Amino acid sequence: MTEPVLSIRDLSVEIPTRKGIVCPVDSVSYDIAPGEILGVVGESGAGKSMAGNAVIGLLNPPARIAKGEIWLNGTRIDQLSGDAMRRLRGKEIGMVFQDPLTSLNPLLQIGDQLTETMLTHLDISRSEAEKRAIAALQEVGIPGAADRLNSYPHEFSGGMRQRVVIALALCAEPSLIIADEPTTALDVSVQAQIVALLKKLCRERGTAIMLITHDMGVIAEAADRVAVMYAGRLAELGPVREILTSPSHPYTDGLMASTPLASRGKSRLHQIPGSMPRLNAIPDGCAFNPRCPYAADKCRHDPGPQGVEGRAACWFPIVRERTA
Amino acid sequence: MTDTPVPKTAPVRDKSRFAVAMESDFIYAFKRSPVAIISTIVVLTLVLSAVFAPLIATTNPFDPASLNLMNGFTAPMEPNAFTGDTFLLGTDDQGRDVFSTILYGMRISLFVGVAAVLFAMVLGITLGLISGYFGGWTETIIMRTADVQLTFPSILVAMLIFGIAKGITPVEYRDQMAIWVLILAIGLSDWVQFARVVRSATLVEKSKDYVAAARLIGRKPGAIMLRHILPNVLSPVLVIATISLALAIIAEATLSFLGVGAPPTQPSLGTLIRIGQGFLFSGEWWILLFPAVTLLALALSVNLLGDWLRDALNPRLR
Amino acid sequence: MDLVKVKNLSRTFDVSKPWLNRVIERQPKLFLKAVSEVDFDIAERSTYALVGESGSGKSTIGRMLVGLLTPSGGNVEIEGVDLANETDAAKVAAVRADIQMIFQDPYASLNPRWRVRDIIVEPVLARGGETKGLAERLLEQVGLSAEDAGKFPHEFSGGQRQRICIARALSSEPRLIVCDEPTSALDVSVQAQVLNLMSDLKDSFGLTYLLISHDLTVVQHMADRIGVLYLGRLVEEADPDTLFSDPKHPYTQMLLEAAPRLDAFGREVVPPEGEIPNPIDPPTGCAFHPRCPLAVDRCRAERPELREVGTSRAACHLAE
Repeated sequence: MTEPVLSIRDLSVEIPTRKGIVCPVDSVSYDIAPGEILGVVGESGAGKSMAGNAVIGLLNPPARIAKGEIWLNGTRIDQLSGDAMRRLRGKEIGMVFQDPLTSLNPLLQIGDQLTETMLTHLDISRSEAEKRAIAALQEVGIPGAADRLNSYPHEFSGGMRQRVVIALALCAEPSLIIADEPTTALDVSVQAQIVALLKKLCRERGTAIMLITHDMGVIAEAADRVAVMYAGRLAELGPVREILTSPSHPYTDGLMASTPLASRGKSRLHQIPGSMPRLNAIPDGCAFNPRCPYAADKCRHDPGPQGVEGRAACWFPIVRERTA
Repeated sequence: MTDTPVPKTAPVRDKSRFAVAMESDFIYAFKRSPVAIISTIVVLTLVLSAVFAPLIATTNPFDPASLNLMNGFTAPMEPNAFTGDTFLLGTDDQGRDVFSTILYGMRISLFVGVAAVLFAMVLGITLGLISGYFGGWTETIIMRTADVQLTFPSILVAMLIFGIAKGITPVEYRDQMAIWVLILAIGLSDWVQFARVVRSATLVEKSKDYVAAARLIGRKPGAIMLRHILPNVLSPVLVIATISLALAIIAEATLSFLGVGAPPTQPSLGTLIRIGQGFLFSGEWWILLFPAVTLLALALSVNLLGDWLRDALNPRLR
Repeated sequence: MDLVKVKNLSRTFDVSKPWLNRVIERQPKLFLKAVSEVDFDIAERSTYALVGESGSGKSTIGRMLVGLLTPSGGNVEIEGVDLANETDAAKVAAVRADIQMIFQDPYASLNPRWRVRDIIVEPVLARGGETKGLAERLLEQVGLSAEDAGKFPHEFSGGQRQRICIARALSSEPRLIVCDEPTSALDVSVQAQVLNLMSDLKDSFGLTYLLISHDLTVVQHMADRIGVLYLGRLVEEADPDTLFSDPKHPYTQMLLEAAPRLDAFGREVVPPEGEIPNPIDPPTGCAFHPRCPLAVDRCRAERPELREVGTSRAACHLAE
């Protein structure tokens, strides 16, 4: 197996609050290989964005990494200084957020933003940077790229803006792109365009992508592997087809069943009772136990095994006959 | 949904608003802030001693019968050369106990300050709500008036209003009316910031769906503004009111110091400072110093409290 | 029987710059036609869904139905009363009492300073009705507990808040509830709870829903009839089975193709062309023609009328 681009080992993030320490990310481990899209999926409060922010060193204080290691291309990065981390962001890790306006400077022309980023991170001349900026805009599908270098962010539509952000994220040729809900604010038709674009970049450039989203449909279409998170823990991790068609964690199973699907007709939707626990009220034992139909005594006291590739974080995983 | 079974017993009593408030982040932040605690203590001490001035003060400085001209210019904590009386903070030229005049002066300063801010608040909130909720020409007229007024320094506006009011009041009523005119003048010079803040907060709240929910069941605009929007725009108003209170107290002192405010028969802290500055260079420093320090302590602690409130109530700074 | 008849409904917004700017910059007034000549009927005790992307005018239609906006043209007839033109105020008030709304954002739609009890009974109180014990009863009906009546909204999660909104909508015993993206702010597992609750309440209270959503799977699950909107116009209307198996309008086809699917692992979609045009300056003829793979000259020149195609209605020259 090739060396993973990103490797997260036993990562925990904690936030001290006045009522004690809460743990939005709890002992999570996963890898992303080059040219792979890892979907990180979970409902709000699952800790999926927090894990992404920890990787790029953008945790808002007082949140901090409590334990664990983050390795990027064989270098440990969770203990880097603020300066070293800033150099790494942009150069090695590109970022795409839900709201494209947060990643673009409204007062700078996008051509300048692209060339500045490249000049900061790459050893190239200004004219070379401009050439590459046009190429990057073309690559993300902005029509008339050369003419739009002098445009300001507000002159683009929402979908086009997200493309500019993607161009900005990849212009320094990072090995990893972290995309946090990149399509959530977009319309269905534009969402399809962005998903297709991310897949194309991943395939053509071999960039690894961490795709954080709550949308199972997007995961199904885009991701190679998927990490399902619940209450800060990794519920299960594996190839997307396997996890989505025959989930072994009861939470994933419930989640899949509660999504309305054409094939299910008009019958009542399956529902998981209750809702994601608040961070300060994560139940003892397995965090999912109060909502789990299969919970036994053991689940209420012992958190159960850690979720890793091929093993759900569950005492009693659902076993199915795998249809080839 | 909490899945704990609900016992079907007598209805539980709702937690009172006070109990809810005590658990809030606000009280938590307060307990953690020495600045807030100290300034609250200072403000409370000053306000209480002003309110209960007749009980605390050794003499009533406005009662000529209690005054002894022989006691004039007694230094603090030293017995008077003629009468042998001692005064904590000394006496002024007319033999009035400085400690007592400060207590009574603070009463007037605080009364004028609080009343002026309340007046500005009521006016500002009303106009702000109306212009934010209705928009259009109503808004244009109200807010442009506010803009024009903002281009003049508020002390100037207050002096202008004070001057006009004084001009139209008959001479024999002038001293009686002075305090009320002062309140009117300071209040009118101060409503703009309330109106601006309330208007912008109203614009935000108006677009929220709870207002739409109230509109679609046929609630009238007045009811929506008072019962739905007003409670939700009050936190910034509270902050401004506190900071305005400090400013109003200073404005009152300034006006009185300039001789256009509280008359010498009802001296406020500003009047006392004006009287005192005449004696500074002849060696009777206490007549000026103690009222000035009191004014400083009052304005500073109210201001610090306002600053802290602004930080504590601003969710972005958490 | 049709509870709601929407005829030729239009709504224009004035999006001009302020008067002074217009005079100085010599610009004309700008108008945005958010809804143009839409008509549809909603049968009693059915669920009619409006789908569309941003700028399609679906929320504007919903807000006109409940009376938060007045139509600029056409009319809405509910229970046989034309709300915009009826002069008898009592009649209008009676109809208004039968309409309620559920909003998208469960955080903004509950007044944070009010107790849940007061929020729920407000629609009844506004008409001077009896409210004793009402909030507690409704809370239990929507799956919360009676004790929650004394709490404030911030003590609840998003899904629970949406239940409170539903309880408020039910309190005045309405016949029609307009649901504007009721679950799009909610997580999938909570969405299922709310959708199930809505279905149950529809049966037990005999409700009629107008469901406004951008989520095709939700619409397919809930609706009895679906209207697809594009740039303020109804482009297709059909029952769910027909719409999803045999979409007539190229826009509907595009939407169905572009929507992410749970069973489409690694599906290579050819993403749709272009983006939604600026509604202030919509394309001539059929508004969809710049993005339409089938467009012919006629589409650029002449706007297609909504016409019957099989059991559906579609606004496309080429639909058959």
